[in-house]
Amino acid sequence: MKINVNGQSREVDVAPDMPLLWVLRDELNIKGPKFGCGIAQCRACTVHLNGQPVPSCSLPVSAVGDGKITTIEGLGSPDAMSVVQAAWVEHQVAQCGYCQPGQIMTATALLSSNSNPSDDEIDTAMSANLCRCGTYPRIRAAIKTAASIIREIELLPTDAASAREGESS
Amino acid sequence: MSKLGTITRRTFLFGSVAIAGGLGFGFYKYKQPIDNPLKADLADGSSALTPYLLIDQNGISIIVPRAEMGQGVQTTLAALVAEELDVTLDQVNVIHGPASAAYFNAAVLEEALPFSSIDTGTMANGMRKFVHVPAKLLGLQITGGSSSVADAYEKMRVSGAAARNVLVKAAAQQLGVSTSSLRTENGSVISSNGETISYLELAAAAGAIKPDSELQLKPRSAWKILGKSQNRIDIPAKSTGAAEFGIDVDLPNMVYASIRVNPSLGAAMNSYDASKAQSMRGVKKVVEIDNGVAVIASNTWYAFKAVNTIEFDWATADYPLDTAAHLKAVEDSFTSDNQDSQFRDDGDVEKALKNADQIISAEYKVPYLPHAPLEPMNATAWLHDGKLEVWAGTQIPTQAVKEAVKITGLEQSNIKIHTTLMGGSFGRRLEMDYIIQAIKVAVEMPDIPVKLTWTREEDMTHDNYRPIGIARFKAVVGDTGPTAIDLQLAGASVNASQMGRLGIPAAGPDIAIVQAAWDQPYGVENFRVTGYRVKNDFPVSSWRSVGSSQNGFFHESMMDEIAHSKNLDPMQMRIGLMTHEPSRKVLEAVAEMSGWGTDLAEGHARGVAFSLSFGVPAAEVIEIAIIDGKVKIVNAFAAVDVGTALDPRNIEAQVMGGLNFGLAAAIMGDISIKDGQIQETNFHQYRSMRFYQAPAVEVRVLENGDRIRGIGEPGTPPAAPALANAIFAATGQRIRELPLSKHIGFV
Repeated sequence: MKINVNGQSREVDVAPDMPLLWVLRDELNIKGPKFGCGIAQCRACTVHLNGQPVPSCSLPVSAVGDGKITTIEGLGSPDAMSVVQAAWVEHQVAQCGYCQPGQIMTATALLSSNSNPSDDEIDTAMSANLCRCGTYPRIRAAIKTAASIIREIELLPTDAASAREGESS
Repeated sequence: MSKLGTITRRTFLFGSVAIAGGLGFGFYKYKQPIDNPLKADLADGSSALTPYLLIDQNGISIIVPRAEMGQGVQTTLAALVAEELDVTLDQVNVIHGPASAAYFNAAVLEEALPFSSIDTGTMANGMRKFVHVPAKLLGLQITGGSSSVADAYEKMRVSGAAARNVLVKAAAQQLGVSTSSLRTENGSVISSNGETISYLELAAAAGAIKPDSELQLKPRSAWKILGKSQNRIDIPAKSTGAAEFGIDVDLPNMVYASIRVNPSLGAAMNSYDASKAQSMRGVKKVVEIDNGVAVIASNTWYAFKAVNTIEFDWATADYPLDTAAHLKAVEDSFTSDNQDSQFRDDGDVEKALKNADQIISAEYKVPYLPHAPLEPMNATAWLHDGKLEVWAGTQIPTQAVKEAVKITGLEQSNIKIHTTLMGGSFGRRLEMDYIIQAIKVAVEMPDIPVKLTWTREEDMTHDNYRPIGIARFKAVVGDTGPTAIDLQLAGASVNASQMGRLGIPAAGPDIAIVQAAWDQPYGVENFRVTGYRVKNDFPVSSWRSVGSSQNGFFHESMMDEIAHSKNLDPMQMRIGLMTHEPSRKVLEAVAEMSGWGTDLAEGHARGVAFSLSFGVPAAEVIEIAIIDGKVKIVNAFAAVDVGTALDPRNIEAQVMGGLNFGLAAAIMGDISIKDGQIQETNFHQYRSMRFYQAPAVEVRVLENGDRIRGIGEPGTPPAAPALANAIFAATGQRIRELPLSKHIGFV
């Protein structure tokens, strides 16, 4: 079957009930989404399906269809980070770093639908993602920084906004 | 492959000068220098100047032989070398490097001595020096005990200074000038008239030169990197999915394995039926290994799925079969024949208790806890061309080599351990179980690399746990504080259990049973702390802050009970009892930060606790609100003293993380046993702190201590008692058992 990952169509030959996570990791060598629990309890495996955060460990690949999958690799790279990733670096969020791809995917989905989330809204959006190192306060700070940058971009005229996006990535 | 754990063969290096034995510094006083482990791996005609430094055509690589499990050690230790070498952190690669006895950790054994970490007496200091010898002989390359910074502080700076020294000499020869006319900056030697030669250009010549036998380290006032917050080198990769953890290792033609081992820990497998698994999609092989079975497949998920279909007949555990029986074993161990230690016996406790008008007393309990790092146990092994390579997140790579020798019969020189980034550890990756399994599976699949990944269920139920424990105290309280305390602590020996698995004899008392209880710097006229050892075969291990994790709760809940029994302010009473200046100052700092004594909103309350662990005094205040009878943690304040703060922002992160780790366990951490098996299998049952539960955390880092200390663990012990004490302040309910959620609801 074919799946669309980070803008590319990829052919995979796997059991239809294989969770998307293991298709990404072991078949396509896309290692950003992490295995933590296998039962959607930790969300280290979070990817976007058509822009919505989903736990890829619990999503059979056959359910993806022609939906567009984005992984952490699809947001940016160490040399060209997304606004949210750059905010994570600015606030020095990561400790062990294992949950952070999932945290960033969830935060990115939140901010793309709400660029001015309240603390309660951040709590609600982020509480499915587990961090054992206890980095939550810095995650909150990074989300707020990213949100303010995104709001700035939104206020700019279109041309300037794309230039600004280029800068921060 | 990332650069982590890999030394590139393109390296062309300086001549061979091992600093071992060559320098007149205390840490290299042994007669026999240890070989520089980097030499074995270099291309012809190359070598490494020190065990901590390589220069190749791409630049400078600093070897940080300590495991990165989230504590930022790769950045802070690299900064020690970079500071003396005069390079910036963004000019260097940082790699873990090979497993080698040269990277032994001397500081880690100091914690096991029966001297308080702040005892600077002749006997205590003499013993500390003494344990550096067995540390070297054991050649234990270990990350743990919050010891990495203390161990590396001198030797890695000296290493940087030695390298700088020969680079300057090489430049002096090339330019025909004296070394005193040269200075160094940003990876180059610069002459008085401005000629600049990069270290890269000087590397080959510098390798043939011996460093001076006496090297001057920079005074603190000259530090450019140390003492200042750095951007951690691993964070960009960790924020983009580019970081390679053990579970991400990818090798040509690799296959994937998973495992099922008897859930009665350590017990045998009587029989199994894998006929269904054999024919499942993707399955390549089913192999029997210690007390269980591994399935090798073309995808981890196929292996998981196949393992689940295997039917087993398991042998029964050798330890008590349920939680109640484990608790009973602890209760029964408060006897003279189980006494393990009595390192503190000030004054005459018996007499003081006998003469007292009033005695307060109580009993406290804590449960078993798993480490549950978010990355499940995994390791990759590849037996090929008469060699074995292993990729694993491990805190003891030299032990992995020993295990590999035992299993394969290969020479040590044919075994290579690549230590990867680890997705948390908290003490879990001090164990060898998953590495041994991966090697055994690889032996069954010659020439093919095999990655073994545990399911979360296997991980949660096959840990080596923080011991269950009980504390009993009796105290006599005067007008300003306690005049007599008798504290008795019972638990299993983490040291005996862990060392037993590593095959290292562990004689004598286990300091962990009484750590952060017997050695607290409170002046109490009559004060006795007795440890009792629970003896059974249930596997226990070091869990972030080890014995301090439960004893902090016991000791500091007790101090709170003592204060409230005479209506004393718990903060002021502690400050008044302190005999150690840096400890008193962290309490004063946290009082100021938290506004201790000032009014709070209706339904809010504060609790304080103090623990000295791993040489670091740590004081924490937790502020809670009671909402509809439930506890909401609102704010947390922590003050710690590390002696010398190399990277303040990273220290803050560690204290914040350690505090949250302690709170998570205090609120809801619980592992129970039934029929010999762990009942909590995944994060829906072993619950951990979620985003909405995490308080705002403010941290202050002080530097009044006598020497430099590590900070991975000391933030944890005061968290649980500070929370429990806040609950008492708010509700009058004294909770004497963890997790607290057994007794009160949390928002």
